[in-house]
Amino acid sequence: MSGNEMLFVVFPYAAFALLVVVSIARWRLHQFTVSSMSSQLLESRRLFWGSIPFHWGLTLILVGHLAALIVPRSFELWNAVPLQLLLLEITGMALGLWALFGIVVLISRRIQVPRVRSVTTTMDAVVLGVILAQIVTGLLIAIGYRWGSFWGTAVFVPYVRSLLSFSPRPELVAALPVVLKLHVLSFFVFVAIFPFSRLVHIITLPLNYLTRPWQKVVRNAPEPYVYQPSADEFLTRR
Amino acid sequence: MRVRAQMSMLFHLDKCIGCHTCSVACKNLWTDRKGAEYMWWNNVETRPGTGYPTGWEDQEHYKGGWWRDDKGRVHLKIQNQPVGLARLFFNPNLPQLDDYYDPFTFRYQDLFDSPQGDQQPTAQPISMITGDEMEIESGPNWDDDLGGSGIYARNDPSLDGVDPDVRAQMEEIERVVFNYLPRICNHCLNPSCVAACPSGAIYKRAEDGVVLVHEDKCRAWRMCVSACPYKKVYYNWSTGKSEKCILCFPRMETGQAPACAHSCVGRIRYMGVLLYDADAIEEVVHAPDDELLQAQMDAILDPFDPKVIAEAKAAGIGDDWIDSAQNSPAWKFVKEWGLALPLHPEYRTAAMMFYIPPLSPVMSTIERNLVKLDLGTEEHDFELFHQLEKARLPLEYLANLFSVGDHEVIKKILRKMLAVRMYKRRQSVEGFVDGATMAALEAAGTHPDEVEAIYKMTTLPTMEERFVLPPYHREMAIEELNDPLAHKGAVGVGYIDPPRRGA
Ligand code: SF4
Ligand code: SF4
Repeated sequence: MSGNEMLFVVFPYAAFALLVVVSIARWRLHQFTVSSMSSQLLESRRLFWGSIPFHWGLTLILVGHLAALIVPRSFELWNAVPLQLLLLEITGMALGLWALFGIVVLISRRIQVPRVRSVTTTMDAVVLGVILAQIVTGLLIAIGYRWGSFWGTAVFVPYVRSLLSFSPRPELVAALPVVLKLHVLSFFVFVAIFPFSRLVHIITLPLNYLTRPWQKVVRNAPEPYVYQPSADEFLTRR
Repeated sequence: MRVRAQMSMLFHLDKCIGCHTCSVACKNLWTDRKGAEYMWWNNVETRPGTGYPTGWEDQEHYKGGWWRDDKGRVHLKIQNQPVGLARLFFNPNLPQLDDYYDPFTFRYQDLFDSPQGDQQPTAQPISMITGDEMEIESGPNWDDDLGGSGIYARNDPSLDGVDPDVRAQMEEIERVVFNYLPRICNHCLNPSCVAACPSGAIYKRAEDGVVLVHEDKCRAWRMCVSACPYKKVYYNWSTGKSEKCILCFPRMETGQAPACAHSCVGRIRYMGVLLYDADAIEEVVHAPDDELLQAQMDAILDPFDPKVIAEAKAAGIGDDWIDSAQNSPAWKFVKEWGLALPLHPEYRTAAMMFYIPPLSPVMSTIERNLVKLDLGTEEHDFELFHQLEKARLPLEYLANLFSVGDHEVIKKILRKMLAVRMYKRRQSVEGFVDGATMAALEAAGTHPDEVEAIYKMTTLPTMEERFVLPPYHREMAIEELNDPLAHKGAVGVGYIDPPRRGA
């Protein structure tokens, strides 16, 4: 097995396997440890400048990446118009810079604010390091290998799809420049550490909040003490 | 009508001596842990004052509770649902640790290690978060007994609306007045902490009304901390989970009063069941400001009413709980005698812990170095009965705390309490009760039997009369139906992780 296969076939599968198995195990056995571990109580002002750009920047970029993966055709059609391609690239670049600003603020906050430093674990440092690598390599690609949203659908999408369909074709990425490889690899590292770190909070995004009634009343007893959800919940949205 | 039961605590503020025994009992039992050092599920504050966390009543700042718009709709003050989700990454209304205080301890080893010198060695204060040396600048009861009142007492938001003259008088040293306000979570009927939790980790128990955070489900979105207008949900900075007063449910389930109440030195606390109508909550929550208090009082049901008893039974409430509700001191003080009020009903959470407002002495003046009461001599016996406006603790102030600004409600309660005092004084000191006193009783809307009952419950209650705790029937709880062998070797109530910071 070549090094290339190791890194771009075995490693990603192992990483995703870890993500699925460990996340489920942690959820079912150690749910108490699943938390976003907010440190806002300890420091708020710098968190504002860090957390918002970091989270929103990355979320939007992730959505962009996923869109390219799911509907590459539409991407190509959009990018066929040079002006639109330029617009997409500028947006991506801006979001990347925004996220970079955010993570730099967050890292400096972790280092400089004593209270926050005292609740920082090694895993927190690893998480920040990996995401920083992601953002930096992403930006380097955007600068050094222009029009990534254009060629990306031709180069990366087939590779990722080959992984997803369990017929991996690592040769697709074998000849790519180092930065691009690093960008991909650091993502797999991200996936691998996901279930072991605070990153698990991503899967707990409480979308249910949009639809649930305001109040929650629970009975801790069997019949005839059973709680009737529909009858018991008042103050539903009007 | 849908009858539900609520365990309700009652605080007789006239009796609180501000000793903080309650707070310490609670601390020792529940929050003497890493990440929880700064939490005081029970705290006692001196009023007027800004309380703990500082300025917790300033809802423009913290956005706690609910608000009612012009059309009579009620909204959570902090957020609607989409905004709540959008703010997961940063909650602009979260209190900061310094709004509470930096929890500290002392490096006692310094006492042993310091070199010989002319002075006594001192133990260096250190932060319990960073372990660094620190200057202690505030604490949970920093403004005790009006300490630093220029900063704290003067900034009490409930003083707004108190006449500027009266305010000026309150600040003069010989007229200074304060009282103590012990606070725990109010285990509200319409809790805004529950409504603000994006994960749905907080819930109210139907059987006794205790509001709890499910520690396994909490994801540290910390909206509850801002949304509770009483600031009684705290964020554990170490475990990354929110925690709150649990009304000592493990103690109540085993027939013991909550630790704060049990240990209360002034014996100011009472505990009992209140039956309420869950269908009426909607109405309470939406009532206009001037009907709010009454609506909440109306939602509490009469446990002697045969209709209520029948409905309660239909709702699965056992005879023993109904019995308990009939003997409940909470029922007596709140509804039968009408002496107790919830704290800040205008937050619209329908708080279910109740307070008897405190009496205070008359405004006095100093003449020729003697303190002179600001009353005619013929009125001395009747104290403030006809002149409650002259009470040192202004009615406006108490009304801002307990009755959405309605003085009459407070006046009625204070007059009844004064009537009890006058009646018992006449009876025990002079041996007979004169016509003027009987007239005062009548004016206060009470009669000798009630006065005796109030007197007995206020001054001489036994432990069993103060804490009327219903049997919890743990033998019928859901986990009792599980196969015990399946849980062999399991830890406690299902937690297998020590409460440590996760990765
Ligand atoms: S007082 Fe207690 S029940 Fe009421 S909103 Fe605050 S935390 Fe929730
Ligand atoms: S223990 Fe009782 S008397 Fe002492 S501060 Fe607490 S409530 Fe007041």
